[in-house]
Amino acid sequence: MTEIGTPVRRREDYRFLTGQGTYTDDINRPRQLYAYILRSPHANAALRGVDFAAAAKAPGVVAVYTGKDIEADGVGGLPCGWLVHSKDGSPMYEPPHPVLAQGRVRHVGDPVAVVIADSLAQARDAAELIQVDYAVEPAIANAAGALRAGAPQVWPEVPGNICYDWHLGDPAAVEQALAKAARVVKLDLTNNRLVPNAMEPRAAIGDFDRATGEHTLYTTSQNPHVIRLLMGAFVLHLPEAKLRVVAPDVGGGFGSKIYHYAEEAIVTWAAAKLKRPVKWTAERVESFMSDAHGRDHATHVELGLDVDNKFVALKVSTIANMGAYLSTFATCIPTYLYATLLAGTYTTPVIYAETKAVFTHTVPVDAYRGAGRPEATFLLERIVDLAADELGLDPAELRRKNFIPTDAFPYQTPVALQYDSGDYFSTLELATKAADYAGFEARRADAARSGKLRGIGIATYIEACGIAPSAVVGSLGARAGLFEAATVRVHPTGSVTVLTGSHSHGQGHETTFAQLVADGLGVPIEQIDIVHGDSAKIPYGMGTYGSRSLAVGGTAIIKAMDKIVAKGKKIAAHLLEAAEADIEFKDGQFSVAGTDRSKTLGEIALTAYVPHNFPHDELEPGLDETAFYDPKNFTFPSGAYVAEVEIDPDTGTLEIVKFTASDDFGRIVNPMIVAGQVHGGLAQGIGQALLENCVYDHSTGQLLTASYNDYAMPRADDLPSFALSTHATLCTHNPLGVKGCGEAGAIGAPAAISNAIVDALKDYGVRHIEMPATPEKLWRAVHPQNMAAE
Amino acid sequence: MQKTVSLTVNGKPVSATVEGRTLLVQLLRETLGLTGTHVGCDTSQCGACVVHVDGEAVKSCTLLALQAEGRSVKTIEDVADGDTLHPMQEAFRDNHALQCGFCTPGMIMSALDLVKNNPDPTDREIREYLEGNFCRCTGYHNIVLAIKAGAAAMRGAPVEPHGAAAE
Repeated sequence: MTEIGTPVRRREDYRFLTGQGTYTDDINRPRQLYAYILRSPHANAALRGVDFAAAAKAPGVVAVYTGKDIEADGVGGLPCGWLVHSKDGSPMYEPPHPVLAQGRVRHVGDPVAVVIADSLAQARDAAELIQVDYAVEPAIANAAGALRAGAPQVWPEVPGNICYDWHLGDPAAVEQALAKAARVVKLDLTNNRLVPNAMEPRAAIGDFDRATGEHTLYTTSQNPHVIRLLMGAFVLHLPEAKLRVVAPDVGGGFGSKIYHYAEEAIVTWAAAKLKRPVKWTAERVESFMSDAHGRDHATHVELGLDVDNKFVALKVSTIANMGAYLSTFATCIPTYLYATLLAGTYTTPVIYAETKAVFTHTVPVDAYRGAGRPEATFLLERIVDLAADELGLDPAELRRKNFIPTDAFPYQTPVALQYDSGDYFSTLELATKAADYAGFEARRADAARSGKLRGIGIATYIEACGIAPSAVVGSLGARAGLFEAATVRVHPTGSVTVLTGSHSHGQGHETTFAQLVADGLGVPIEQIDIVHGDSAKIPYGMGTYGSRSLAVGGTAIIKAMDKIVAKGKKIAAHLLEAAEADIEFKDGQFSVAGTDRSKTLGEIALTAYVPHNFPHDELEPGLDETAFYDPKNFTFPSGAYVAEVEIDPDTGTLEIVKFTASDDFGRIVNPMIVAGQVHGGLAQGIGQALLENCVYDHSTGQLLTASYNDYAMPRADDLPSFALSTHATLCTHNPLGVKGCGEAGAIGAPAAISNAIVDALKDYGVRHIEMPATPEKLWRAVHPQNMAAE
Repeated sequence: MQKTVSLTVNGKPVSATVEGRTLLVQLLRETLGLTGTHVGCDTSQCGACVVHVDGEAVKSCTLLALQAEGRSVKTIEDVADGDTLHPMQEAFRDNHALQCGFCTPGMIMSALDLVKNNPDPTDREIREYLEGNFCRCTGYHNIVLAIKAGAAAMRGAPVEPHGAAAE
């Protein structure tokens, strides 16, 4: 069997292509009710009263609940899963996060009341009858603004709106190195706020079985067990044995469906209260104002170089917008998933990073594809390009000069991480060759002859994926373990069911994981079923995010298969009357070494379940093994991207002429799926660089981009086709040597595009263009006399 | 206000009682249980709900159910021939033009509409045609390849095997 490395067509596609997928909103339960959530139109207001008498009497309405009902029933708030400590050792401020507002709303979209009715239309109609008495107060949406004296306070007990003021590294060593540096390059930049926008809006159905006392939640989640844990333990106080969480087909996540959301608790709680199923599905406008947003950093960066153009120190100060409440993993994003990546692909010996996490009257911010690593990569690759420009050096050459040498692995960075493997020279070489980097100046001259401004930009990236060793993240404040679980169940007739705690919402696990099992057990792929997304079926699961499914979840499957093979060898030794040590397993056959005597996996399985002739003294019947795998380290995918753009100076419109990506993902199981992951990541990274921007009105906290009319999603004609290649160095600490590929594109693309833009505009004295680089910004950059109009 | 609407859906006559404000997509999904047609936005931009009405691609969130009176609606559920995928569906599978699958039904219905009017579209024509269909997973790269391959298969032209997947 050589399933690994082949582009096996996806087994999940048939149902999606024929309209037979089962997404949460496709599920309807008998006697189901519909919930409509009334949300705050104000960013900061005291709730003086909610009059829902008329709504409660409206046709079809079964119940109206507000924060008072939640409080009366002892429903807890949404917990934050990562405790960060400030520089002075004090713990971060963790505000309460009620599932329905209690006394005050703190962002546009904060849920105020829920109306539950026989039909969704009736629930919506009734919600219009609710009179909410808001005492509107000044709001602050901008994180830097929230730090200014006199800014509105999101939480009165948090002066200055600072959730935490964290740092990493040795500030004195960095200051000393910068003082001695031959050159210090400085830049202020922002990492624009984004809305993840999975195409399937979030949805949740609560159900309660009076006969068994079991609560069931169907939800659009990337990690159903985590939702069961958080909602059961912290919010609804339900024992896990009586709480089942099902995440069926999920239409994309990109991070936004990791977190435990209020609506999940509301429908589960209301279903138990009303003894009827309750369904809620987000409208897109609700997604914009209630799904966790991403990014939103403002950063000052300084890079020191010596006379040989070697990086000697990096200093990074960041203001990170948390929103009004702390989403599940919000606090680790601008700290442990960000500052720890600031060495990038370089040998910078000393690094200091400090991050102020700030409350504002906005939707909570949390991990979005890349999560901290795009922000780190963007500032690093921008400042390196700026340094090359100031020094008059080729940006590729400056990078090569500072790359971690290929023979230096394992490499300990000054910001906690130890990279196990990598080869940054090769991916850069592949990308620059495929992009014809060397021939660029001729193309620039050609473009100039037709009045166009052409630029080329390189970005390299490193990411920490496969999160993560539980002990390490625990020591850094994580309140969860980050292992993964899998069961491999060989049935009596030899077919195999795999239960995985990873969750596929587009990644194709039903195919990739089946390839692993076909390869490992020698079973035809058609006889392998991959099951995920149901806490009642799967032993446990930490879910899918941070490009961890194959590296962690896949390894758990490998470990479970190892146990199957180990047990199978004992059974085979018994049947073949041979020593266990002489049994070999290959391609589905247990053989006595050096003989033609063998048993198939199917024969061993049948024996395990019909154990008439079986080593009962030594073994239990059955062939069903579970493994939990806790990784030893992160994995470190890396790569190099080259963007070539052409700008029309008359209109500011930009065309991506070519986008070339070369990635090191370690071993690749399904190259077709990996390429698809890169394409998607690149599209989101290019979207951030050129189109997407979540905008709040800074004086009122109104969300100005709350629909596809105002939030520019990348469309097919905004994007180019991509030229991809890979170069593998294997991960050294998982058996497959895999690293993860889901986020790479979103991490590397923004800097590559931005560097190309600045290169195109270099004759105009442009040092930096903030993302998204819209035609208006580009036009103004080449018509500086019009800047005053901004 | 409840009214009865009669139409043909996937070749079969259907009658249903709906409110005046009921959208065609709600009739399809909620009354008829045809949940292959999806709702991804509320501003008629994402295209997850594209169906064919009298042979034309229509966003079923832009049509009231009552406006479909007497018309013939085709949804993703009626594109394959029994268990055999339509060449466009097959091309999507072969080129890995879907990931989470949520936009896929609308993409297929739009692709079929494009190819009906333009049997041999260029990459640029495909990208421009798809401005009304969002995909957040694929970056459109493989969707463009799939539509080209599907169009080629539909007009009987030789198809390059495994277009995207060879990457």
